Amino acid sequence: MSPVAMDRRSFLRVSALAGGGMVIAAYMDPVAAFQGRGGQAPLVPNAFITIAPDGIVTIIGKNPEIGQGVKTMLPLIIADELDVDWKDVRIMQGDLDTAKYGGQSAGGSTATPSNWTPMRQVGAGARAQLMAAAAARWNVPVTELTTASGRVNHASSKRSFGYGELATEAAKLPAPDVATLTLKDPKDYKIIGKPLGGVDNPSIVTGKPLYGIDVTRPGMLHATWQRCPVFGGKVGSANIDEIKTLPGVKHVFIVDPAVVGGGPVGGVAIVADSFWAAQKARQALKVTWDEGPTASNSMTEFAKRAVALSKEAPHRTLRADGDVNAGFSGAAKVVEAAYTYPFLNHAPLEPMNATAEFKDGKLDMWIGSQTPASARTAIARALQMQETDINIHMVRMGGGFGRRLYNDYAPEAGYLAKQLGVPVKLVWTREDDMHNDLYRPAGFHFFKGGVDAQGKLVAWRGHFVTFTPQQAPAAPPQPATAAAVGATPPPGATPPPPPAGAAPPAQNTPFSPSANVGATEFLARFVPNFALDLSFMPLGVPTGAHRAPGSNALAFVMQSFTDEMAHAAGKDPLQFRIDLLNVPPIAMTAAPGAAPNAGGGGQQQGFDPARMRGVLEMVRDVSGWAGRTKLPAGTGMGVAFHFSHSGYFAQVARVRVDANKRVRVEKVWSVGDVGRQIINPSNAESQVHSAVIDGLGQLMSLEIGIEGGKAVQGNFQQYPLMRMRQAPPEIEAHWKITDNNPTGLGEPALPPILPTVANAIFAATGQRLRSLPIGKLGYSWM
Amino acid sequence: MPFALNVNGKTTTVDVPDDTPLLWVLRDVLDLKGTKFGCGVGQCGACTVHLRGRAVRSCQVLVSAAANAPIVTIEGLSADASHPLQKAWQELDVPECGYCQAGQIMSAAALLANNPDVSSSDIDAAMNTNICRCGTYVRIKKGIMRAAQLNKARLAEAAKSKDDAPKKFIPLEKVEVTR
Repeated sequence: MSPVAMDRRSFLRVSALAGGGMVIAAYMDPVAAFQGRGGQAPLVPNAFITIAPDGIVTIIGKNPEIGQGVKTMLPLIIADELDVDWKDVRIMQGDLDTAKYGGQSAGGSTATPSNWTPMRQVGAGARAQLMAAAAARWNVPVTELTTASGRVNHASSKRSFGYGELATEAAKLPAPDVATLTLKDPKDYKIIGKPLGGVDNPSIVTGKPLYGIDVTRPGMLHATWQRCPVFGGKVGSANIDEIKTLPGVKHVFIVDPAVVGGGPVGGVAIVADSFWAAQKARQALKVTWDEGPTASNSMTEFAKRAVALSKEAPHRTLRADGDVNAGFSGAAKVVEAAYTYPFLNHAPLEPMNATAEFKDGKLDMWIGSQTPASARTAIARALQMQETDINIHMVRMGGGFGRRLYNDYAPEAGYLAKQLGVPVKLVWTREDDMHNDLYRPAGFHFFKGGVDAQGKLVAWRGHFVTFTPQQAPAAPPQPATAAAVGATPPPGATPPPPPAGAAPPAQNTPFSPSANVGATEFLARFVPNFALDLSFMPLGVPTGAHRAPGSNALAFVMQSFTDEMAHAAGKDPLQFRIDLLNVPPIAMTAAPGAAPNAGGGGQQQGFDPARMRGVLEMVRDVSGWAGRTKLPAGTGMGVAFHFSHSGYFAQVARVRVDANKRVRVEKVWSVGDVGRQIINPSNAESQVHSAVIDGLGQLMSLEIGIEGGKAVQGNFQQYPLMRMRQAPPEIEAHWKITDNNPTGLGEPALPPILPTVANAIFAATGQRLRSLPIGKLGYSWM
Repeated sequence: MPFALNVNGKTTTVDVPDDTPLLWVLRDVLDLKGTKFGCGVGQCGACTVHLRGRAVRSCQVLVSAAANAPIVTIEGLSADASHPLQKAWQELDVPECGYCQAGQIMSAAALLANNPDVSSSDIDAAMNTNICRCGTYVRIKKGIMRAAQLNKARLAEAAKSKDDAPKKFIPLEKVEVTR
């Protein structure tokens, strides 16, 4: 996916609104697709606004809102270029209609880079259209006209029209050519760059039903679904005749995994007249499971096996620059260390849920999904329906974090509604969510690094022991047509894996989803003698994208071991990083020795070391880094940086650690470079707060253990998300403004916070933290 | 079994099993969807409501224990988003996904009703019952501080007018019990 919109051509279309007013849509045309299809590329609309006769502008929020602020952010860009007051703008959530709205998804921090230019164009195009209509009405040159607050003004004659008065006429004029549009000079922005509250805030603070879990349909029944606790297992037998007799229970089904394709979803479904009746009945449910091959999966065994593999020749070499062994031989100092991190649950606070209503061959579904188009495909496949017979109503989500890329809950509810012919709401319990995730994969990294006598990093070897799918997921009933879901493919999209327990083939072994690394992952290209080796263990546990996939784990290991090397070199860890970035990098293309089709990566494409140096220098200055040597005993400052999702982030934390390993993060300074414009500073700051606190929870406490092929943890007592008194009291979000196209903020602020704080704890205590969560090493929050 | 529930000043009789948690009566019987389900074990606080003027986790309160007692939900906090916490939350743009915020506001409302001059550590202690998965804690704390400030201004204004000045933090807690 192209990170910026520069290589696309845009078109506008204008049409009249029934009852007066105008509708304008922007269409994007990716040039690559255009060339590839001999000029037959479809036009893809990506904005949709109406101007009513009373001047009220309605903008469709087309993308799924998971709390990232996109429902406010995209419309405000249009409104500024259109030159209307924000109070005159109404936002409507669009349903799934990709023919009308183009791409509708939330993931990969892509909304900003892919919409920044077209959203401004549609606003500017509508404004030009309205000015043309006024010029015609007054018979004056358009150059004499100005706009402000939703009006076209002619200063010399003191005449003025509201946009609403012009909209019907404007709709009859031909759409302006995008190439002729002049976009606002940033100094003239009235909305962009000003802090703006979320458009749903009034409804949120008054408890309005906004979320999927709040949907109610007439005659609706409530469902619960007991899945096999071992991933991929299925029901042997169950006491469903007994369950059917319990109060409030209407229907009980045993569902085979193959029936609802796309995830580990075989189980027993109980449909009752209330959520509580369904849960009570479920307590009496007795199931004998056919657990299948994943029952052998154990984190304890993975950890042992990883250590054994680290001592053997790797299954694959992903990258080899220079001569890493010669580098170590010539080094003045060599350091070795092993790092690990666990599986993680996404844990959005709104549990997975879906409501479905099947009537006259059509299915209506209300779902919170980051990828609603993929959800529709999955439902159609599972229920053997045409996608055109399925309507997806998009609802606000109580968090996504990548979990709602996968949609496994949607076919479940759809299946029940189609079987029963009555509306069904399926609500997962917290335990369902924790036991049936597509987890952030665990990983094991074995490092060796060498510095020369001058303290320069001359050799680095990483051996990453990761996962490959253990067994082919159940074949879907029909050939798959779904596009890849989000940043990583859903279960079922991977090539045939090796048999369980067998040694994987050396080349082209598939990574389990999000268990990958790219051949250009930093510090690749910046160390003269560098090797990145891989070994694989078969895994039956489903894995998937988790906020800043890949990066959320890789930043911790890479930036922590970088800190170890700085320490070995006797250098200031921040300056050591700047020096590293000053090395002329090896070209981005695959290095000699890199496997063909190396897989993974992509996130490092376009990495510009000068921008990273910029944020490092700024965080050094705003945090008072030079004063770190004067801190009291037990207090330390740490630094780390990471590039992902086109965003450059460097962070510094100051932490205090007492004799009982109790940790207080006193303050965090974050500096991000996401280009020349912070579109909504309030939301941008929120995303940094959120990323920091999310990452600190992962650092200290969060872990999903796998034993017997099951997730060990079931609710928040065992999966302790951060609470207020544990959170840093101060998080400063700074922006390094550079002349680059704006990019997204949902993810890139997260990865560096883990190593930043781990490195600060090292500075405070001399203890290096090499495995997550550090709560298991005896640490806790103060 | 029938139970008389006094929710937001209005009494309704509901017929549900006596072990039904108040949360599910509010959501599925009374159609008050502002109170959220997050964990079902009293850990996350998304289901926080006021029962007899105290913040409770409604997933842990059986309907039988809530009958004939004043209950206030987020929908009853104010008719028009005028409660100082609701104003402060909007002014500071506190929510991200927003799912936990009704529970956060209800916990904070109970705190401020008893302690209008809250300190940072008072807030930390009282709000430990509520999880925000998005991590909006910095702004939640600022929002509570700001609401306390707005409330003082409101009390000062009311004192000047010499009318029936509210003595407590918020008149909301004056729930009319059973009619």
